[in-house]
Amino acid sequence: MTSRVTAAPIDLDGPGHYLSWSFIQISAANLLMIVLILLVFVAALLLPFPGRGGDEDD
Amino acid sequence: MTDQLVEKPTAPVSPEGGGWTGALRRRVERTLPLEKLMADRQPAYVASWIYVFGVLTLTALCVVIASGIVLAVKGPSWWHVSGFGHYLNSVHLWAVELLMTFMSIHLVGKFFMAAWRGRRALTWITGAVAFGACAFTALTGYLIQQNFESQWIATQAKDGLNAIGVGAYFNVMNFGQMVLWHVALLPLAVGVVVLGHIVLVRRHGVVPPLAPRDTARPPRTEAS
Amino acid sequence: MRLRVRTAAEPDPYSYGSRHYDLVKEFVIALGAVTALVLVLAAAFSSPDRKPVTIAAWAQADPADFAATALAELDGTSATAGYGPPYNTASTGQRLGPIALAEAAGVTHPIATAQAFVLTPLEAVPQSPAVQQAVSSYVSASAARQAAWTGAYSDALTAAGGDPAKVKPGGYGPVPTLLGRLADQARSGSLDSQLMSEQGFYNTDYTLPLLFLADGSYLAADARGQHLAGDQWGMMNEVGDYPGQTWLAPYTFWYQIAPYDSSGNGDALVWGTMGVLGAAFVLVPFIPGLRSVPRLIPVYRVIWRRHYARRAAALPDPPG
Repeated sequence: MTSRVTAAPIDLDGPGHYLSWSFIQISAANLLMIVLILLVFVAALLLPFPGRGGDEDD
Repeated sequence: MTDQLVEKPTAPVSPEGGGWTGALRRRVERTLPLEKLMADRQPAYVASWIYVFGVLTLTALCVVIASGIVLAVKGPSWWHVSGFGHYLNSVHLWAVELLMTFMSIHLVGKFFMAAWRGRRALTWITGAVAFGACAFTALTGYLIQQNFESQWIATQAKDGLNAIGVGAYFNVMNFGQMVLWHVALLPLAVGVVVLGHIVLVRRHGVVPPLAPRDTARPPRTEAS
Repeated sequence: MRLRVRTAAEPDPYSYGSRHYDLVKEFVIALGAVTALVLVLAAAFSSPDRKPVTIAAWAQADPADFAATALAELDGTSATAGYGPPYNTASTGQRLGPIALAEAAGVTHPIATAQAFVLTPLEAVPQSPAVQQAVSSYVSASAARQAAWTGAYSDALTAAGGDPAKVKPGGYGPVPTLLGRLADQARSGSLDSQLMSEQGFYNTDYTLPLLFLADGSYLAADARGQHLAGDQWGMMNEVGDYPGQTWLAPYTFWYQIAPYDSSGNGDALVWGTMGVLGAAFVLVPFIPGLRSVPRLIPVYRVIWRRHYARRAAALPDPPG
């Protein structure tokens, strides 16, 4: 049923994977995106920003 | 010959006067001087990776627009029959995913900085409106894919929009109307809001840190 | 005094000290990095493009559902026939408490389902004398007579397990002829284009074929199988294993819980809720309590930790 003009190395066109807890249903892909957003956010907070220690030169 | 008729052509602008043009020029110069718009120094407290998500959002938007322009040039059906077209559609989709991801992080970061302080409320408001405008533009993009999802999303979204009367004028099942909204009206709206947001950011500068103990206390340089 | 307070609220960012920084260079580097990332993601994962459902495929794959839907359009019991604004006045549409926005907006896209989905497509193409006779006898019959025919046929169709081929003879008037011919046109693929061309030569409005598909259960069953239904958080889902509109999670959430999931005004209620939340989001700077959350959850101490450390080192005893 899927129309594939180009084949991707990583095929995401198969049947989707879904997780559910109680009334919550979420696709593995969406969950991964949300987890990535959280991880990137936390990393952005914690990773040291490059720059000299005493770079304030006013 | 005519040179003699011109009285002292010394400068293109008059320091005073100049009518509406001069008044507007002075207003622009006063509110957003070029030194602020393209500053080459930034406050010392701007030292965290969280600050890069604004520019990442903007660049993802640039990729969305660039790929969208090519898709628009070739027409809405092209990507179904061309391998390169399908690739560009993929670029458009993944750029949108990154755009919304970066914007979400930027948004949460700015929330925790309480970045609306110091007359920056309009900066927050334009950012929040930009988020909504991007989500709405994305919806119209899904509607004009001309595939199963467009069909399903159109038949679902109509109920939501009809419930509040919007569907009477904004018909998600009208492909032509949705194409025009997606490639003309909404990009214009997003562009204006984002441009306004950037101008406000440059005008007011990056919000200073919250004072750890007494949030109302002015910074040392102002204490007098 | 007020002036002093106001000045204090707007310190010059550069009064904290500054460092060199290249705005244009940062933008160009970010643009390059994001472009490269997008090009790689697009090459690695591509994008979904599942072919649209056609009325022809529907009529071939599920003739019983097609027949039931066509009958519902003819006798005015389909979802579209009873929808209300903007398609007709069969109901008043959804309300948000006392506010009836749908009704106020009115019927801007009038659709008479029997005419639009059954009779006009039959009249639009050359038909055999039997079909022509069936159309004219149905059209000229009284409403009560029409209802008697369609009601009897509906019962017979149910008794036959939905299969039009197994319906026993009865007093259905011209209804089986009309629906049988419509099914033929649908299977041949001509009904798809007829529903489009009802509005003229140039047309980009798919309202009629989409409403017809949506009135059946074939499209919905397909979508449900892919977790796209509204009560499956479908608004944020995508076909296959692709990420969807994750940012719609706060919107689709409401459709999963009471009273939104069961109310006849569910869509309007969700809009009302999202309207309030959206306004709160936009107006965060002005909402007491909400605007103080960043001070209570001290993420800011992490963001500006270098600044605070430097201040602490330079000014061990900050003045009050």
